[in-house]
Amino acid sequence: MTDVGEVITRVHREEWARLVATLARRLGDLDVAEEMAAEAFAIAVQRWPVDGVPPNPGAWLTTTARRKAIDQLRREVRREEKHMEALMLFDNPEPLGIIDDDRLRLVFTCCHPALSMEARIALTLRMVGGLTVPEIARAFLVEEAAMGRRITRAKAKIKAARIPFGVPFREDLPARVSGVLAVLYLIFNEGYLASGPEKEPVRGDLTAEAIRLTRLVRALLPDDGEAAGLLALMLLAEARRAARVSASGELVALHEQDRGAWDRELIAEGHALVRARLASGQAPGRYQILAAINAVHTDARAFRDTDWSQVVALYDQLVRLDPSPIVRLNRAIAVAELDGPEVALAQVDHLPLDGYHAFHATRAELLRRLGRFGESRAAYDRAIGLAGNTAETAYLTRRRNQLAGP
Amino acid sequence: MAQYLLSVLADTTDLATPEEMAAIDVFNEQLQADGHWVFAGGLGSPGTATVVDGRDGQPVFTDGPYLESKEHIIGFWIIEAPHLDVALRLAGLGSKSCNRRVELRPFLGE
Repeated sequence: MTDVGEVITRVHREEWARLVATLARRLGDLDVAEEMAAEAFAIAVQRWPVDGVPPNPGAWLTTTARRKAIDQLRREVRREEKHMEALMLFDNPEPLGIIDDDRLRLVFTCCHPALSMEARIALTLRMVGGLTVPEIARAFLVEEAAMGRRITRAKAKIKAARIPFGVPFREDLPARVSGVLAVLYLIFNEGYLASGPEKEPVRGDLTAEAIRLTRLVRALLPDDGEAAGLLALMLLAEARRAARVSASGELVALHEQDRGAWDRELIAEGHALVRARLASGQAPGRYQILAAINAVHTDARAFRDTDWSQVVALYDQLVRLDPSPIVRLNRAIAVAELDGPEVALAQVDHLPLDGYHAFHATRAELLRRLGRFGESRAAYDRAIGLAGNTAETAYLTRRRNQLAGP
Repeated sequence: MAQYLLSVLADTTDLATPEEMAAIDVFNEQLQADGHWVFAGGLGSPGTATVVDGRDGQPVFTDGPYLESKEHIIGFWIIEAPHLDVALRLAGLGSKSCNRRVELRPFLGE
């Protein structure tokens, strides 16, 4: 029994996206596809422990779901015809350098730019990731009913506005791919550093899900350097997860982390991806540069061995692509290690980031190193007031309380 | 094919400039040539509107638009497209031609 339960869990993880995607394409309706996929798994849960696991579980699920769908659609024949017309129309004949796969169509549909970012995240986790509505609601600390409405609304818009189940036009492809990657990165970041005080500070379930989805997207977009870069970035960040939170629930800064607790396997995989991108000779995008920065960090045996000139050079490259204040703030943190806190502080001070906790945390750290403890304390206070993550608040509070002076 | 309403949004009642008119003409011709055209028109300013309530038999007339808002609709296209990606592309071209933001909205399916 337990064995069958494990098999069903594994098959769910491996086959859900393919099942929903195949059904969506054949039935022409994402909502029905989701419902039938869930139905097929519900039948598997009843039948497999009795009948045994079928030799090809994916095919069994597809057949079962389609049989269910046909039963339902016979009752609504007209609806089927209409949606078939709507969805089958969209077949892009141009070769786009991407794998023609129903799951990729599903990803593009869920991450469509006509949907709100919240809706894209929720739909991607539901339709591609196979997470349940309660699971997604918990992940984003939203009421289950509200999350259900969000997904229902998104599905209704897909249907009413005829968001196509297909790969984008060639000229839209770069923007659409980076839209997909942005959704995956947001999911990862929510797990990497949860945004609310009531949440677990770091959540391996969400980061693992983001990595799994990014692996899939990377496999479907083999020629896309940014998909590879994003995967590498996630792997190199995930490799440090165990070292990032202390036993007492405090975030551990990079310079204090136990590097022996880093996951060597993930680091090796991330480094290999970064090396392959460098060898491609193509100009890197932001995820590839961020991955390269993380590769430099994870390459150093100790914090003091970090090749800071390399980190700053990579940030220079990133600033040219994205001169946003947050990128310049992160660059300044590396500059502090290379040219000292005074140079870094001068670069940080004028950044328009007054509402961003990391801006104040960075200033606090630099001011501490310059011996300006009163100003440092005030900056810590601002950072603590703005930070939502419990482990981060704990870390900042300890650092503030360690300051010398009154 | 589905139909979409492309509403042109503006916060002034300024009419299209000659350059904008010329660009709109080019866009309209393209819509017709490609089979997307259904209908289009410009609208009088919100101040020219009359709200009519005929629900109780004798219609009641109220001068002005039903909503006072900063932005209003000054024109529209109705286009035909197989799906949203095509409609979005046309909406982008329409917005560029009239030099204003547009709202794209599907008609209810039959």
